[in-house]
Amino acid sequence: MTPGGAVAIAEASTQSVLMPASRPSLIASLAILLAALSLASLAVGPAPIPVVAAAKALVSDQGSAGVVVREIRLPRTILALLVGWILGLTGAALQGLLRNPLADTSVFGAQQAGALGAVLVLYFGLVGALSWALPVAAIAGALVSIAVVVAVAGRNATVVVLVLAGLAVGSLAGAGTSLAISLSPNPFAVTEIVFWLLGSFEDRSMTHVWLALPFILAASALVLAAAPSLRALALGEETAQSLGVDLRRLRLLVVAGAAVGTGASVAVAGSIGFVGLVAPHLVRPLVGYDPARTLVPAGLAGAALLLAADCAVRLIPSGTEVRIGVLTAILGVPLFLWVIARRKAELAETPA
Amino acid sequence: MKRLVARSLSIDLGSRRALSGVDLAFESGRFAVIVGPNGAGKTTLLRSLAGLVTPAAGAVTLDGEPVARLRAADRARAIAYLAQNGGVAWPLPVRDVVALGRLPHGERPDSLGGAGSRAVEDAMAAADVRDFADRPATELSGGERARVLLARALATKAPVLLADEPVAALDPRHELMVLEVLRAQARAGALVVAIMHNLTLAARFADEIVLLDRGRLQAHAPPAEVFTPEKLAASFGISAHVSQETGGLVVVAESPLPQA
Repeated sequence: MTPGGAVAIAEASTQSVLMPASRPSLIASLAILLAALSLASLAVGPAPIPVVAAAKALVSDQGSAGVVVREIRLPRTILALLVGWILGLTGAALQGLLRNPLADTSVFGAQQAGALGAVLVLYFGLVGALSWALPVAAIAGALVSIAVVVAVAGRNATVVVLVLAGLAVGSLAGAGTSLAISLSPNPFAVTEIVFWLLGSFEDRSMTHVWLALPFILAASALVLAAAPSLRALALGEETAQSLGVDLRRLRLLVVAGAAVGTGASVAVAGSIGFVGLVAPHLVRPLVGYDPARTLVPAGLAGAALLLAADCAVRLIPSGTEVRIGVLTAILGVPLFLWVIARRKAELAETPA
Repeated sequence: MKRLVARSLSIDLGSRRALSGVDLAFESGRFAVIVGPNGAGKTTLLRSLAGLVTPAAGAVTLDGEPVARLRAADRARAIAYLAQNGGVAWPLPVRDVVALGRLPHGERPDSLGGAGSRAVEDAMAAADVRDFADRPATELSGGERARVLLARALATKAPVLLADEPVAALDPRHELMVLEVLRAQARAGALVVAIMHNLTLAARFADEIVLLDRGRLQAHAPPAEVFTPEKLAASFGISAHVSQETGGLVVVAESPLPQA
């Protein structure tokens, strides 16, 4: 055997030691983590309830503690799971589509645009805050923003172009929302809207869950249908096409899935940024960087992150509860900057 | 036996006509090389042969069937296409990148069948990338990555292989190795078409040369008939010295001719 061969074998064996854990065991670990966090979420709050009592309260009558768990904490927990899941999933799908780890609905201004859609519906008094029209309006706003960013940036845009286009769309949507608020005759409604824009799961009911669930399921189906094509896209659009991928269908699936998921999330929880950016980043090395295998773990990681954050905001001592969108931004933006700093050289010229 | 035919093929890129009225036929078992100056329409021709662009006029047919009308998966199984300057977006292990060539067969990198794993191993051996099969594809040199992407195209085991500048980034040794692989594919019955800039190597390895200039077909013939000082002067704008050596035809570009 040649020395080169021996080195190659030695390298191969070290690498097999470092091989990522199998995907089923990763998904199982994330599921266990989610179960633990869900129990914690039922127990944590202004009136702490022991975990065992909280779990019992789900299935049997436990008096006032049961009411707190079932009516207040359960909807909140389910919503955090659903919203975290879809943000992580769509973030991973957009990153796969644009072949760039910095793509996310929050970077594209989709959440601001979704919020603008929802605010306009509310502002003109078209509907109450619990109507189907609210997520639909938010989805329309998100769809317009993502489509505009993807169209303006074009197929071979660099990430700089993408982020600039997203910044412009997000700023415009933000300005529209501010305008609506300034013109609002009702100062009370203004406070409501501003707080809602910051993102929160406080005081949500099962009605919110039923409002968001169908849209989040639909968005998940759209994005997961794109998985095999995302894998081929790792080699670029031309090669993916030559491997039989229908690029138009792929773009449509991911953009529509991201818009529906973002719109539904914004409608029930306000704008919560950076979960979709962070979650795929955390799981990607564990699944061998395959953009298709990243999707489900990224969704589960997003759910875990958001649920953990929602437990955290309930524990932080403050007058009014810290808004979860504020917390995710405080945690997410430094990571965003870190990824940019680490990949500066390639970001300068890599087409997204 | 495959027959890939372009009939009065014209392609527009934006408002510019990139190819006009090209008539060509390729057959299994042959290694054809497309040459021509920059902007001649070589890549456009190869992309249209692969069914990746819609012709403005004319058609490309594979065994009489227009490639544009083939089902995407059928086309992908029949025609492997190696893009120019291809990259890999994520630090996927080399083996997984090569395994992407099995997607048209419905095989995913984590669930290759027996034939699939064999095709991947054969392709990695042919392109000489087995030594770094477990390394992330993004950490390779340009030439190593080019060979990995060639292995990806070989892994499809398609009867038609179209390669856009497969040796552009390679050192002389790997350049020769890759050309030998492509010629071996043709000898084993595949239809191979590649774009190249090195005329001497093209002359040595190709069975037939396609000379393109300004979107038009100038010649489609064996190397000795295409690489003549007159044709090279007309298409490339160079004065060239062509001689027959023991290793084959040698084409030396001597000086650029003044623009006509």
